[in-house]
Amino acid sequence: MIAVLATVKGPYIDWSALSPVLALLGGSVLVLLAGLLRSRFTREQLVPFLALAAFGATIGLAIWQWDADTLVVAGAMRIDSLTLLSTLLVCATGVAATLIAWRGQAARELAHGEFFALMLVSSAGMVVLVAATNLVTTFTGLELLSLPLYILCASMMRSERSLESGLKYLIIGSVGSATLLYGFALIYGATGQTGYRAIAQAIVTHHVAGDVLFLTAVAMTIVGLAFKASLAPFHQWTPDVYEGAPTSVTAFMSVATKTAAFGAILRLFDTALLPAVDDWRPVWIAIALLSIVIGNVGALGQSSMKRMLAFSSIAQAGYLLVGVVVVTNLGVQAVLFYLAVYLFANLAAFAVVAARERETGLGDDIGALRGLGARRPLLAVSMTLAMLSLAGIPATAGFIGKFRLIESAADGGYTWLGIAIVIGSMISLAYYLPVVAAMWREEAEPALAPEVDTRTGLPALAGGSPEADRPRAGWEVQLVALVLGAAVLAFGIFPQPLFDLVQSAARGLGLL
Amino acid sequence: MTIHLSIVLWLPLAAGVLALILPRAIARWMSLLGALCVLAYAIVLVADYDTARGGLQYVTDVVWIRSLGIHYKLGVGGLNLFLLLTTAIVFTAAALWSALREQDIPRPGLYAFLMGLAESGVLGAFLAQDLALFVVFFDLMLVPFYFLTLVWGGPDRGPAVLKLFIYTLVGSLLMLVGAIATGVLAAKGGTPTFVLSDLVRHPLTRGSQEWIFLVFALAFLIKMPAFPFHGWMPDGYQQMPIPVLAVFTAILSKVAAYGFLQVAIPLFPKAAVHFQELVMLVALASVLYGSAMAFTTTKARLILGYSSVAQLGFIVLGIFALNQRGGDGALLQSMNHALVAGPMIFIVAILAARAGGSEDIRDMGGGAVRAPVLAAVFLVLTYALLAMPGSANFIGEFFILLGVFQSKLAIAVVAFAGVAMAAVYALRFYIRSMHNRVGADVEPREISLRDGLVLVPMMLVVLALALYPQLALKRGDRAVTRAIAGAKLVQVNNTLAADRPQEAAR
Repeated sequence: MIAVLATVKGPYIDWSALSPVLALLGGSVLVLLAGLLRSRFTREQLVPFLALAAFGATIGLAIWQWDADTLVVAGAMRIDSLTLLSTLLVCATGVAATLIAWRGQAARELAHGEFFALMLVSSAGMVVLVAATNLVTTFTGLELLSLPLYILCASMMRSERSLESGLKYLIIGSVGSATLLYGFALIYGATGQTGYRAIAQAIVTHHVAGDVLFLTAVAMTIVGLAFKASLAPFHQWTPDVYEGAPTSVTAFMSVATKTAAFGAILRLFDTALLPAVDDWRPVWIAIALLSIVIGNVGALGQSSMKRMLAFSSIAQAGYLLVGVVVVTNLGVQAVLFYLAVYLFANLAAFAVVAARERETGLGDDIGALRGLGARRPLLAVSMTLAMLSLAGIPATAGFIGKFRLIESAADGGYTWLGIAIVIGSMISLAYYLPVVAAMWREEAEPALAPEVDTRTGLPALAGGSPEADRPRAGWEVQLVALVLGAAVLAFGIFPQPLFDLVQSAARGLGLL
Repeated sequence: MTIHLSIVLWLPLAAGVLALILPRAIARWMSLLGALCVLAYAIVLVADYDTARGGLQYVTDVVWIRSLGIHYKLGVGGLNLFLLLTTAIVFTAAALWSALREQDIPRPGLYAFLMGLAESGVLGAFLAQDLALFVVFFDLMLVPFYFLTLVWGGPDRGPAVLKLFIYTLVGSLLMLVGAIATGVLAAKGGTPTFVLSDLVRHPLTRGSQEWIFLVFALAFLIKMPAFPFHGWMPDGYQQMPIPVLAVFTAILSKVAAYGFLQVAIPLFPKAAVHFQELVMLVALASVLYGSAMAFTTTKARLILGYSSVAQLGFIVLGIFALNQRGGDGALLQSMNHALVAGPMIFIVAILAARAGGSEDIRDMGGGAVRAPVLAAVFLVLTYALLAMPGSANFIGEFFILLGVFQSKLAIAVVAFAGVAMAAVYALRFYIRSMHNRVGADVEPREISLRDGLVLVPMMLVVLALALYPQLALKRGDRAVTRAIAGAKLVQVNNTLAADRPQEAAR
């Protein structure tokens, strides 16, 4: 027996290239086990710390592997700087979301261990999804990403909205997955291949571009991915799910899922389906325009911050698609740059929302932000920078991001899509600015009407002063808001380091 | 002597940041100190600028964002030299006005910071010699005004300030696309550059020039504002706090006028010639509409608001005469109007304080009783506003009309009506507020020392410019020639091309 084992050569495994994924998965197991321990300290302090450590280690490994460009697992995944940049973005989001969730309600209800383990598994799924160069791996990554998120959305088990959100996400997400899977099956049917490079060759040699079977396949793939990236008209789940899910999960979903979905879209469409660009480009353009319009119009007049940010994320995804449809290296760079910028602004905004949620008892209503500028200027400045960045005002990173996107559109001969982006931005001012106005206009103290103790969920004791009794959000949530707010400003003024980063990441796709 | 423009550009913001950190009592004076330093610097610039050599001087040029091809290029030339000085003067006046009114401005640190950011933004827009940098500052300077109005504005400021911001940003954002397209198209596949002097050397095709020019023109016309695009103006003017409004009406509109001379006409000469008449008609409509509204409204702020619509109409007329006289006049008039409109806003506040807080001229009257100094200052400014012969405004308007007369006779004839109407609204404002019967709630009294400190120096500047307008005209002359040179060449070529078929027929 031993002799046989000695003669059989195991497959070569490139441990170092796989290390970021392994760190995330290993971390999740560790976190899950630590969560089983009885001690309260372990569960409430050690578990989030371990989760942070896992994300941190993954970031370290991704930086260590930065110059790698290898195919692993028999050509099913490609670890290149596109994958690694997405890993960085996903893990940065993970760190922020962990800090926001640390002393929140959701993690407590899901016994801490499970909560953070699921977040780590989902992150691993995101890395796999971006790395995938084979339809089967793509789908595996997608499911690995989605399944934990369904549970995370429903993690506030005593809140009806959270449960509703989880269920809604599960049903609609499954429809999206099924559609995507059908699309993949048809791609295989049309080309006889599952590997990305082989598909690209088959499209050319078999002349399948324009073929009905192939067109159906591409259409279903696009629909499936549009569901995941919450692009209009497949976005209906987004506002409800974002609103119902715990804020930390919403923050994680809105940024990390989008990063992964766009990484996958870039890799699938700019390599495997590149020869059939004329088949899919008009569809993505239509989806981009619809998303810009529906996202921006839908966000108008929302009083729930999470709903507003949900619609805004649909619009932002529409802007991102512009970088995809031009199919140039510049476009890829623009998408990656904008994803990073979107991360800073969106997470800063969610951190402030989470902080105020715990401090006021008004939930994520815009009223919770009223008068913030006078009383909590640092939080208000972060939120202001986040809103201005999402709107694309100069001196914020969002402006540079939009600049790059519009430049890539003009460069690729789609200047009119650039105009669509700025028209969207104009509409967006009408919902970003009221948030800013609510914070800075000198106004009465927020109506602290629902006197509910956020820790116990019970009505507050009579005779207590609302402001003094109210817990101030933990330092970690404020830290997230401040650091990311500062990043918005810093990269708005000195964006070159970020440009260098995305430049090398975009090279992996080999577009001109 | 070497002068670093970066210092003058960022000094107000630095003073503002300091004010944010320092205790309240010092904060108010920090922004004044910053504005005064900028003023001193601007005076040194004017004195030191080598008129004989002309062209761009004190150039700072470093790469800002390599991947986007954006340079941080600043420079002073004939076009912006005096606009910089004007900006410094008006901001100093506004800072002094605010510093002397402690009770009107709670949160002085934040106020000083935003005013500093506003001044840096405006100076940046004037100094930028890179198209993308210009757009950045053009958009950025609006942000502090949003907050200044939001926090310290009138009671109905909420919707007004949103309208103002979105309205003006509509133009700016479209301009952003235009600017990027200019850089990308001019590079013809290479790495785009946005440095203005490079872009002028690589003109775009006529089709591209036309749509990009229209986008730029829209942005500038909204910011001015010109007639069909002035929708944000009445509400915005009513809600802005006084010193902020003084800066806004005096300076921000001039950035737009400057934009035509600095960016739109040199970069898109073919389009400028093609759309010359269109823009002139818009300007003419602004002159007529603005004047007509100014002598029908009774709200003092709106009289000045609509008068500035009309005055800016004149400036655009001068610019789009596309000849030397018109351009010179427009540049001089930009400076004149800023120096008159700023103090006029302060006078509105002074009059309102005497009329029981009402800014309606029907509630005013008899303000000149026992107030000879106030009446004299106001009268000088009124004469300047209506371009009385002897004032620099007269010289400016004269040049403008001369230029328009030479290029488009019919438009000049109609525009003359605007001069007469200016006299109507300016004198109506003066007579209704200073003369007539003393209003029911009016308590006429002399100008106080703190108001005098702001107004009298500004009036002296207006008088000085009236006596020696050549100071500005001489330095701007050659820069104007250069700005419209491309457009002139296009005009000449067009005439030649129009003549040629006739020769062939013969």
